[in-house]
Amino acid sequence: MASKKSSASATQRASSVRRVIVVGGGLAGLTTTMKLCEAGVPVDLFSLVPVKRSHSVCAQGGINASVNTKGEGDSPQIHLEETVYGGDFLANQPPVKGMADAAPSIVFMLDRMGVPFNRTSEGLLDFRRFGGTLFHRTAFAGATTGQQLLYALDEQVRRWETIDCEDETGSTIPGERMVRKFEYWDFLSLVLDDEGRARGIVAQDLKSMRIESFVGDAVCLATGGAGLVFGRSTNSMICTASATSAAHQQGAIWANGEFIQVHPTAIPGADKLRLISESVRGEGGRVWVPKDPKEKRPGRDVPESERDYFLESQYPGYGNLVPRDIASRALFKKAFHEGRGVYNPKTQKNELEVYLDVTHLPRALLERKLAGVLEIYEKFASEDPYENPMRVFPAVHYSMGGLWVDFERSQNGSLVKDSPRNQATNVPGLYAVGEADYQYHGANRLGANSLLSCIYGGLVCGPAIAAYRKSLKKSSSDAPRALFDTAEKREEKRWDAIVAMDGEENPFQLHHELAETMLRDCTIERDNATLEKVIAKIEETAERLKSASALDVGKRANQSGQFVRHFENMIVVARLIAHGARARDESRGAHFKPAFKDRNDPDWLRTTLARPANASEGATPKFIRQFDYECAGQTVHVTDAVDTSLVKPRARKYDTAGATTKH
Amino acid sequence: MPAKKVRLKVKRQDSPSESARWDEFEVNWVPRMNVISALMEIRKHPVTVDGKKVAPVAWESSCLEEVCGACTMVINGRVRQACSTLVDSLKKSDEGDLPPIRLEPMTKFPLVRDLVVDRARMFDDLKRVHAWIKLDGTHELGPGPRQSPENQEEAYPLSRCMTCGCCLEACPQVNDSSSFIGAAAINQVRLMNLHPSGKMHASERLDALMQDDALTGCGKAMNCVEVCPKEIPLVDSIASVQRQATKRMLFGWLLK
Repeated sequence: MASKKSSASATQRASSVRRVIVVGGGLAGLTTTMKLCEAGVPVDLFSLVPVKRSHSVCAQGGINASVNTKGEGDSPQIHLEETVYGGDFLANQPPVKGMADAAPSIVFMLDRMGVPFNRTSEGLLDFRRFGGTLFHRTAFAGATTGQQLLYALDEQVRRWETIDCEDETGSTIPGERMVRKFEYWDFLSLVLDDEGRARGIVAQDLKSMRIESFVGDAVCLATGGAGLVFGRSTNSMICTASATSAAHQQGAIWANGEFIQVHPTAIPGADKLRLISESVRGEGGRVWVPKDPKEKRPGRDVPESERDYFLESQYPGYGNLVPRDIASRALFKKAFHEGRGVYNPKTQKNELEVYLDVTHLPRALLERKLAGVLEIYEKFASEDPYENPMRVFPAVHYSMGGLWVDFERSQNGSLVKDSPRNQATNVPGLYAVGEADYQYHGANRLGANSLLSCIYGGLVCGPAIAAYRKSLKKSSSDAPRALFDTAEKREEKRWDAIVAMDGEENPFQLHHELAETMLRDCTIERDNATLEKVIAKIEETAERLKSASALDVGKRANQSGQFVRHFENMIVVARLIAHGARARDESRGAHFKPAFKDRNDPDWLRTTLARPANASEGATPKFIRQFDYECAGQTVHVTDAVDTSLVKPRARKYDTAGATTKH
Repeated sequence: MPAKKVRLKVKRQDSPSESARWDEFEVNWVPRMNVISALMEIRKHPVTVDGKKVAPVAWESSCLEEVCGACTMVINGRVRQACSTLVDSLKKSDEGDLPPIRLEPMTKFPLVRDLVVDRARMFDDLKRVHAWIKLDGTHELGPGPRQSPENQEEAYPLSRCMTCGCCLEACPQVNDSSSFIGAAAINQVRLMNLHPSGKMHASERLDALMQDDALTGCGKAMNCVEVCPKEIPLVDSIASVQRQATKRMLFGWLLK
């Protein structure tokens, strides 16, 4: 039973100021929060974990910005071109242009916040190389850049937690801080009014398991990607996409679900696949396998002439720094199809592993620029990467797809500043930002563009929400209380039903089984017959979950019950991924079907749009080609056409041609 | 040959007001196994070695690569992250069986349930000491201040603190009867005071520490340095901030 709300807590939550709700405290959520505060809009910030432990912390390599410190002739225009080419032309180009143009000022802002970026001898920001570009474009703080960026933003938002709200006359309102944090709270659903407008949320305190509703003039989901759908990935345990899935089930359109990035280099593991950053290759790390498939000597003892540096020979221009989808496929082909993975004398077989080698690089350079990531290898693989080549394999890493969000194109092909349409979903009052949205990366994300897109998205989303809020005729604070009570009761009932589940199936085991199927059959290579089996497995799992046990009747920190709810939502996302993949008969970026090897622009240069199925339509997501939605008083017509007005689509050939037209 | 097993003894407690008990579990060993994967196995089959069906163990985790700090607990008497604790490393020697692994929650923070504690005070401490740069705003103001590579190399290791709480758990001076704030927050003051524009507000942070007598009490037991998973030079940080505070105490009035 969900414990009933005491009157004391109701008073405590009530706020005399009109607030906006941000869910998720990674880079995107924190940036949005900060921008809202600067616009004078108070925020309630919800997070599954203390925001300082959000998944952004895992990003290692760096953040892209064409500052051109090295005098190579880099520019935001080239950054734009390389990003859309790397994404196989599936990204709408105006938001990408906005992001590339803003990147240098974003990195300067982060530097001003105190991010300890590595420096040049003149004391300027240092930049390193990354995948999909020939320029030094990536600013970095050792090999824990995401952590450093997250901490800087966390500090700025913490400062807002100590600042009082002001009324119209500029006098402070006692007891009302600009930011109220709700950490260890799980987003359950939106509170929608009769017009379908988001008026707040229902959330659950993960310590006391109390369920409560919260009023917000707008709601922003910055809740990250869906790695946990695949069980083991490079993602954190909180990346279940539960919140975005719940919003989708309430009507928010999902876009490009089938585009899941597989990162080429991670440490195989039983609980998770730990990322070994692309920056390792950016600093000179090389990928190879022994030429002799039965090579028994340890990697470091294999002479140079007996090594196959296959990425360098297949892609002479980009070498080890081809985009991730291409590198992952090459690694997979080498180890899986050709059976040329590193030989393990103990098991007498070729493991699904290749070498990632930094042993030829000076130790001082490694310690200054890569210590953070080499330390992870050392701790988790119990081997010394300074002495022995690391053994790595591809792993699920990033969701290019997510909630559909809008943008308003400006005259010069970028975004209209402060437009309420930017980052808006089709549910009025609901915004999405960061990995939770689908906006910036098309069919494949370039390395070091994720931190950038999270922060740029937040910088755009904050002002967009502020503009939306101004346009509201009626604040959510004036919405009938019954709306919130009904939503709260609905979620309490759902929770009680979950806790009461006492069947035979174990939800963790069920998740494990489905995830293994998704990982094996729905990642690097996709085949329609196999995808049919994946879809059948998803439905079988959904059915079996009905006769599972929640395992725990505890009234405090009931993690199994919470997991059941997240798993139900993960199943919905698994459907979006698998059905999207099944439908798209072409190969583009991270989506690769050997039976449809080529990109097919006439039929498939379009965004996959999915709305939730109605109760009468069964479980399959409904793909649509167009829809209308309402934003700040205007009706917007949306189609699945991709805005390619800035860079004309052309074939993507990293083996023979570059990502830009003018090097 | 029977599958190799790993035994875990877990201290359980449903809430702070209820009494603690120990449950013992056994799971199959796998290569490169860490304590987290053992806990994950338990929840797939939450039955004790005595065959008793129990609720799965509650624990905190997020990144699983020792960079978020969530899964900190006391393992065989030592505070550390469960993700980076490989079970094989807990063997006393290369030979022989693995002795049972003892898992307990940290003791310096309020208990939530089982291995989960509430470390909110650490984040509140960061508020107390103003651990942020006072930004004029996020609008475009051009490049940040230039910094020497040396300055960056001093700051970067300090900034890797993930607020995991190991240093507080291990410190004999951090307790209910002491006002000592502990190494983590003091280290953040050192970090902020190093930054070219953070320096401008160094005195605010020092005053906050001195006001509450939060800076005195370090007995130089060195436990914090011993347990810090990121090898942050915490005792140096405490000494450095104490020096700054002394200077401020002696000469601060001159500046007023």
